[in-house]
Amino acid sequence: MKILVTAKRVEDPESKIKVKPDGSGIVQEGLKYKINPFDEIGVEEGLRLAAKHGGEVVVVSIGTKDVQEQLRHALAMGATRAVWVNHAGALDQLGIAALLQKVVEKEKPDLVVLGKQSIDDDQNQVGQYLAEFLGWGQATFASKVESLESEAEKNKVPAVALTADGKAVRVVREVDNGLATLEVQLPAVVTTDLRLNQPRYASLPGIMKAKSKPIEELTPEKLGVDVTPRIQVLKMSAPPARKAGIKVPDVATLVEKLHNEAKVV
Amino acid sequence: MPIVLIVAEQQPDGNLRKASLNAISAGKALADKAGAELHLVLLAKDPAKLAEELKGTGAKAVHTAAAPEFEHYLAETYAPAIAALAQELKADYVGMASTAQGKDLMPRVAARLKAAMATDVMAINGSGADVTFTRPMWAGNVFAEVKLTTPVKVFTVRATEFPAAATGQGAAEVKTFAAKVEASKTKFVDFKEVKSARPELTEARVVVSGGRGTKGDFKEIEALADELGAAVGASRAVCDAGWVPNDLQVGQTGKVVAPQLYIAAGISGAIQHLAGMKSSKTIVAINKDPEAPIFQVADYGLVEDLFKVLPALRQAIHGLK
Ligand SMILES: Cc1cc2nc3c(=O)[nH]c(=O)nc-3n(C[C@H](O)[C@H](O)[C@H](O)COP(=O)(O)OP(=O)(O)OC[C@H]3O[C@@H](n4cnc5c(N)ncnc54)[C@H](O)[C@@H]3O)c2cc1C
Repeated sequence: MKILVTAKRVEDPESKIKVKPDGSGIVQEGLKYKINPFDEIGVEEGLRLAAKHGGEVVVVSIGTKDVQEQLRHALAMGATRAVWVNHAGALDQLGIAALLQKVVEKEKPDLVVLGKQSIDDDQNQVGQYLAEFLGWGQATFASKVESLESEAEKNKVPAVALTADGKAVRVVREVDNGLATLEVQLPAVVTTDLRLNQPRYASLPGIMKAKSKPIEELTPEKLGVDVTPRIQVLKMSAPPARKAGIKVPDVATLVEKLHNEAKVV
Repeated sequence: MPIVLIVAEQQPDGNLRKASLNAISAGKALADKAGAELHLVLLAKDPAKLAEELKGTGAKAVHTAAAPEFEHYLAETYAPAIAALAQELKADYVGMASTAQGKDLMPRVAARLKAAMATDVMAINGSGADVTFTRPMWAGNVFAEVKLTTPVKVFTVRATEFPAAATGQGAAEVKTFAAKVEASKTKFVDFKEVKSARPELTEARVVVSGGRGTKGDFKEIEALADELGAAVGASRAVCDAGWVPNDLQVGQTGKVVAPQLYIAAGISGAIQHLAGMKSSKTIVAINKDPEAPIFQVADYGLVEDLFKVLPALRQAIHGLK
């Protein structure tokens, strides 16, 4: 089974994001970068599938030379090789999906696994755009019935299940009011939710090995994709701050305030 | 005249998903600003009953298509039908509520329409051709004003930011259209509903949420919720541990809620959690740690053990009645 996974470079989810005074972007100084957590879950799922069914995991990232750090991270986790689409400057989801489409057409994977959203743009779009561009089926927000504390999780069993004939995958999805299960013919696009798996740490030998794994360089020009953004970000601003609250000494005071001041109970 | 097309959503139980009404009022606001006409679309096995309900929301027309394949929602069957209608109407905007279905479906519709898309629209600005959307980025740490420059523009609506449209006003024309159902590579297998007698998390007037501080014991959270007629919510840590259904996760990557009262017990207040509840009207935080970041957004904070506070709080509230 050949699995293509993504590794977007994003700000560390723990970091404090501040908007520049002129609203042109966020303050970059002092920020740390990581692989998008949802993509990391995708890499993990790809590795589990490849371990169970044989095959390889190819990881792709789009951006400047810096994204090689995230590619190396995925390679250290166990991906076989990497594709780097070298591009500086703004990209929107249409552009990203169009680039990924070309990479998929070149690589011909059986399955593409991406994060359901990246924690910077929070758009939750690329997997779905990609599936439609390719004319493939999609299973977004992939999860599983077992919890992250279960035996299956400890044994790194893939949650995305290949059907008996090997021609489709069965995916449990997190949706409103419950879990929906779909069966999608391969090749297919899957996007990951938080409860799909707990990504492994890269081992020291893994990190050493990753250094010599190949990274192929591509560009939007080489792939023949016009990535001019069709989403213009005109201005960024900080969200309105909430009025400072108070600490109450006890339950009686809390209830009095909720009843007489906030009038919510 | 430009056209705004809003997609209404039917729940698996046959009812209208309430967030659709919030999306419809966002659609109205957009139509006003863009000088456009508001149209609605509903796909279902049998759309007649919901079409009746949608008729009175003030839209110009409600377009419905019926097909047995629409009984179980699949992006692959819904997207072509909606995109084809949008093309036929020459719709300029196509939107839907940011529900699980909206998020799954609308990018696929956008792809067919070669449209750029804005997710989780919180405000609509400007007028005419210069309409822009405000949407959150970086877990709501940043509000971005964005302009979509493709001829057709697609968006999803953050339901908490728009009122629910009333249903008893006006009588839109209900038009049926024949949707071509394409062969799907995806098969619906099943839907396991998490049944709860409590109100829907995203619709409740009061939400009581528990975090890792509960150590998985949600008895007191639930008892307080029931005293208040509230919905139960949770942090990611709690859902990850399998203590409560995933569907209860509040936050950047879970549900966004804005009730009149949000009570957070044993929740530290990570930015990803705040992203889902910060616009609640009144926030109460109960946490043992006086430094917990949740206190920065709380109107009323109580530094105490939640296992002591929750029963006392329940009794005191009961005593008010
Ligand atoms: C990609 C990504 C997406 C995420 N999305 C979400 C999301 O959508 N929603 C979300 O919630 N999180 C999300 N998170 C996780 C988030 O960063 C935090 O890890 C999580 O919210 C912490 O949950 P918690 O507050 O319950 O646990 P903790 O941070 O462990 O806090 C527990 C709190 O309980 C208090 N406590 C302990 N015992 C008691 C007691 N007896 N009485 C009173 N207080 C007590 C402690 O003082 C502490 O403050 C996401 C993270 C990432 C990386």
